[in-house]
Amino acid sequence: MTIIHRFLKTPEGLAGALLLAAFVLVALAAPFFFPRDPLSIAGPALLRPFQDWSLPLGTDRLGRDVLAGIFHGARTSLAVSLAAAAASIAVGAIVGTLAGFGGGWTDEVLMRITDAFQTVPGFLLALAFVSVVGPSLGVVVAAIALSAWTGPARIARAEVLSIRERDYVASARVAGMHPLEIAFREVLPNALPPVLALASVIVAQAILVEAALSFLGLGDPNRVTWGGMIAEGRTVLRSAPFLSIVPGIALVLTVLGVYLAGEGAVETAAKRRSLA
Amino acid sequence: MNRALRLIRRRLIGAIPVLLIVIVGTFLLLETAPGDAVDAYIVSTGGDAGLIEALRQRWGLDQSPMTRLATYLWSLSHLDLGHSVTFSRPILDVILERLPNTLLLMGSATALSFGLGSALGIVAGAKPGSFRDRFLSIGSLALYAVPGFWLGLVLTVLFSVQLRWFPISGIETIASGKTGLGRALDIGRHLVLPVAALGFIYLALYLRMMRTGMAEAWRQDFVLAAKARGISLRRIVIRHVARNALLPLVTMLGLQSAQMLGGSVVIETVFSVPGLGRLAQEAVASRDTPLLLGIILVSAVLVIAINLIVDILYAFLDPRVGASEATA
Repeated sequence: MTIIHRFLKTPEGLAGALLLAAFVLVALAAPFFFPRDPLSIAGPALLRPFQDWSLPLGTDRLGRDVLAGIFHGARTSLAVSLAAAAASIAVGAIVGTLAGFGGGWTDEVLMRITDAFQTVPGFLLALAFVSVVGPSLGVVVAAIALSAWTGPARIARAEVLSIRERDYVASARVAGMHPLEIAFREVLPNALPPVLALASVIVAQAILVEAALSFLGLGDPNRVTWGGMIAEGRTVLRSAPFLSIVPGIALVLTVLGVYLAGEGAVETAAKRRSLA
Repeated sequence: MNRALRLIRRRLIGAIPVLLIVIVGTFLLLETAPGDAVDAYIVSTGGDAGLIEALRQRWGLDQSPMTRLATYLWSLSHLDLGHSVTFSRPILDVILERLPNTLLLMGSATALSFGLGSALGIVAGAKPGSFRDRFLSIGSLALYAVPGFWLGLVLTVLFSVQLRWFPISGIETIASGKTGLGRALDIGRHLVLPVAALGFIYLALYLRMMRTGMAEAWRQDFVLAAKARGISLRRIVIRHVARNALLPLVTMLGLQSAQMLGGSVVIETVFSVPGLGRLAQEAVASRDTPLLLGIILVSAVLVIAINLIVDILYAFLDPRVGASEATA
């Protein structure tokens, strides 16, 4: 039985995989089903869902297609969360490796910086960063990574501390390899698996932070975001609550999918260990 | 008592470099921001190039970055966070005025998520692997996947717009003239929905931590011994298993404080609670960068203080903490 097969056999893994597959499909299919700009007007304003089958989820205050927004919003969400997760894991792994392998003052300085980043509420930091630099997709990614790299850094450091005493590291030293080369070619790859285990939590948090930033009006103004749609719908919350509720459901299902997939992966790994 | 004092001293000394790094970080962000304090001042009052030059000189903005950082540190050491252009008042005054509301919101939300989370965690952990364990674990995960601001909006639609049980926004009825108990009840009614929105999200963390801790405790020898002595299952769950799993949750309280402070930004914005988070949103909306960075500094100090309190609490609950230092 392959690992994927075993992963799909756990109820969490299966549910998570289905939700994530739907999310990725929706994100990838957006330009095919909705080639028009999702920010353009598609019909009468404030059309309720399930009234007109060419606009199944209705329209918003300005007559923009809600379903097209959901599809294109998935694209933004997917791109931002993957990029932010990759950036925070890369930065965290590098900082953690340098701190753990360097030791001494390098370790002390890098870990105090990590402490400082963990002391400042991550969302406030992201908020300040975007507000100072100006909202665009890249800045939002950087802002999320800025508040999320500390977890991977700590795990990587702990892992490197245990690895650096191993025999193969000592033999690389004897062979005359440069310490940085040892750190990044011998130690880091072996320290990576537990860091990657954080990926699901980081992706999920990135989706939620991106949504919260867009909700506060700090998303990329040229793109549809689920958080932005919720904020937009909030202005007509009394008369058309569905405008805020529908994108929120999409958010919950996506984040839940990520968490469930993570749970499934943990369970699969645990079972494999208990079998071995 | 001596032990607690030593712990406090050690933590405070450790906090100094961290706080310095935060200050340098906020200074760098302030430097990156387009425009400076003079630009902001001129926008609100108007003035010619001569005045701009004179102000830059008077406020030391024509100095080198290192000198400016030193000036910044000097004024911070006098508890001077600068002047908010939006509010035309010292930044610290504005922040301190909003702080109590945020502390009230955070404290209540933490109590809700810790209390309900650990209680449900005990229910789930009493029988690991059972149906109710799986139901609660997955259910709490679903709750953890909900964006706080959206939960706030859904609660508003349900309980304020449809059912009209709770007020839509604000912290108290404006100009109600209520005092004492009446005012407290009024504030309480206003806080029900924001506290629920903030507290329910983080409930999952405590529930799952409790549940995992209990699942581990079941495998310990002392639980087997308790079973062998014929102690009732209910007593074993409460006195032996849950009690041992509870301690790590206390550490979580401190670690969670930074996240909850961040979460309160959107919740306070949704419910118009005049707290620190709402202030941050207002600072962003009016491009008042010095105010925003002042809020970040105050929150960092707040997080350090909360963690210190949690550490002391922990030291009292677990006599093993710091015992080795006492002999050393």
